Amino acid sequence: MSNGTLYDKVWERHKVKTLPNGQDQLFIGLHLIHEVTSPQALSMLRERGLEVAYPGLTHATMDHIIPTADHDRPYTDEEAEAMMAALERNMAELPDIEFHDFESGEQGIVHVIGPELGLTQPGTTVVCGDSHTSTHGAFGALAFGIGTSQMRDVFATQTLAMDKLDVRRIEVEGELGEGVTAKDVILTIIRELGVDGGVGYVYEYAGEAIESLDMEGRMSICNMSIEGGARAGYVNPDETTYEWLNGRKYVPDGEAFEEREAYWESIRSDPDADYDDIVTFDASEIEPMVTWGTTPGQGIGITEPIPELSELPEDKREPAERGMTHMGVEPGQTMEGYPIDVAFIGSCTNARLRDLRAAAEIVEGRQVHESVRGLVVPGSQQVKAAAEADGLDEVFKDAGFEWRHAGCSMCLGMNEDQLKAGQTSASSSNRNFVGRQGSKDGRTVLMSPTMVAAAAVTGEVTDVRDLQKGVTVA
Amino acid sequence: MSEADTVTEVVGTGIPVRGNDIDTDQIIPARFLKALTFERLGDQVFYDQRFEDDGTQKDHPFNAPRYQNASILVVNANFGCGSSREHAPQALMRWGIDAIVGESFAEIFAGNCLALGIPTVEMDHEQAAALQDFIEANPTAEIEVDIAGERVRYDDMIVGAEVDEGQRKALVDGIWDTTALLRSNEAEVRATAETLPYIDG
Repeated sequence: MSNGTLYDKVWERHKVKTLPNGQDQLFIGLHLIHEVTSPQALSMLRERGLEVAYPGLTHATMDHIIPTADHDRPYTDEEAEAMMAALERNMAELPDIEFHDFESGEQGIVHVIGPELGLTQPGTTVVCGDSHTSTHGAFGALAFGIGTSQMRDVFATQTLAMDKLDVRRIEVEGELGEGVTAKDVILTIIRELGVDGGVGYVYEYAGEAIESLDMEGRMSICNMSIEGGARAGYVNPDETTYEWLNGRKYVPDGEAFEEREAYWESIRSDPDADYDDIVTFDASEIEPMVTWGTTPGQGIGITEPIPELSELPEDKREPAERGMTHMGVEPGQTMEGYPIDVAFIGSCTNARLRDLRAAAEIVEGRQVHESVRGLVVPGSQQVKAAAEADGLDEVFKDAGFEWRHAGCSMCLGMNEDQLKAGQTSASSSNRNFVGRQGSKDGRTVLMSPTMVAAAAVTGEVTDVRDLQKGVTVA
Repeated sequence: MSEADTVTEVVGTGIPVRGNDIDTDQIIPARFLKALTFERLGDQVFYDQRFEDDGTQKDHPFNAPRYQNASILVVNANFGCGSSREHAPQALMRWGIDAIVGESFAEIFAGNCLALGIPTVEMDHEQAAALQDFIEANPTAEIEVDIAGERVRYDDMIVGAEVDEGQRKALVDGIWDTTALLRSNEAEVRATAETLPYIDG
């Protein structure tokens, strides 16, 4: 059993009591809700004649189904309109829940706005009806996705019945190479440990390469913990964290900030903490990564060949075969040169300001390939505004990208932003599952936003380092 | 509210769905989440595996007439990975699934199943494959999933299985619907909140 880790400390601080079934009842400090999973949970609550117990700890926004081209109401998609109307009705009935809607200028992907507004803080517990809630762990919060019935429990009591998990420390030692990003680190971790390697664990990311990442990079890593099977992942808070939080809307200032900081420091993992498992990676060995299959664990470095089935663990061969068939690839090939039709820069993994800046650097002075549709979907209204203040929108538009409103968009294709038929996308999102981007015959190649930018201009999967070196691409 | 039912065993016929890492987007594609209720999900479960674009049926266990009365789904490893959508177990439940037996399950998926009173029972690879083979050969044979005793009976055999301890207790004692249980500790919840430096009184 782990002892003295951030996970242990935050768990103990939030534990109400042990329940008769052996689970712990855990207090939830922040409940984030959105339009797709909240209506059913609130209906369940009403069916039982219950009320929202702690509306002040609940924050709402809309992200999953909203159109990113045009927000005019009613939406042309009647189902989307009905979901939005339901959220608005619910928020009108529950005025104590803060609603970060379009009018507020704070709307966006729930895992982008939580941190951006300073709602996400170290040593807190955060839940949301969305599996990428693990993102918030980047701040040293204990954050995980929950289902609808669990949302009902949180609405009704601000608590959850949870099993305590084991803690695996993942140390990434050394420095990342040129052109290698946080996304490449997490895709490497998932490839090595497997898409189910984290089941039963919380991941603590540590080591020089993690600690030297900015908050955006840490968020990209924690975001995809769930793709490795770990329900939550976190990074211990440090000066980078505190600096990022200082001045944010929901973060106290002055003396209160210092008091809060003392709490944040107190929940860091002890230097002599016990872990259930420790795994080490060498940052210098990590390359820009791309996926070749249909699970996020089916990834390789851009210069590496797709593995032979015999090189894979036995339980991964059958999914690998399915993945290769769907993607039309074979062992021994690299992914370099794999043609793409769509380049998607967006999602809760990689649609923050620094992601867009890094992608824009690649795009600047270049053109989206004639056979490619390029989309940039900022993670929030605030990201969008900040990017526009920097002139990034012009860089993208000049290159031929579509510059859209904030939302989940083509990450999961619940709005009109979808792959068509057998199109292939280079995507900065988190899942390459069959059908994920809206077409069951569509293909998704996951990669970092800079790698997506490179693929957008060449029309095929490309080593971004070639473009960074200023090599002319035909 | 009423107490949740106890779930000590599930008896019925089986349906096998083979493959490791079957994700929630396969179980219920995201486009079907655009609904305010879970009501229609039973018809939409595994939709893209079951239907061509023009609506004609593909070869899939959930389409096969011989499995239409099945209530015990038998799967392989890491079933239900991906999203936290409760729509996945809701869709399976509404199609008629009362228990899932498999090699392993994604964590959020298993938690969502428990919240609906659906056991996720684990057995090793050889046993799960043997049970899938048996069901294919004997689609009308009765299978008994004993949650309390952690075993599965079929074909005059008893196979040992594992049910997570918290899950087993919750199902067997009928406390898998946790809302009432959690509400009963209201005062302690408030007291815990008061000790947290970031929660305003």
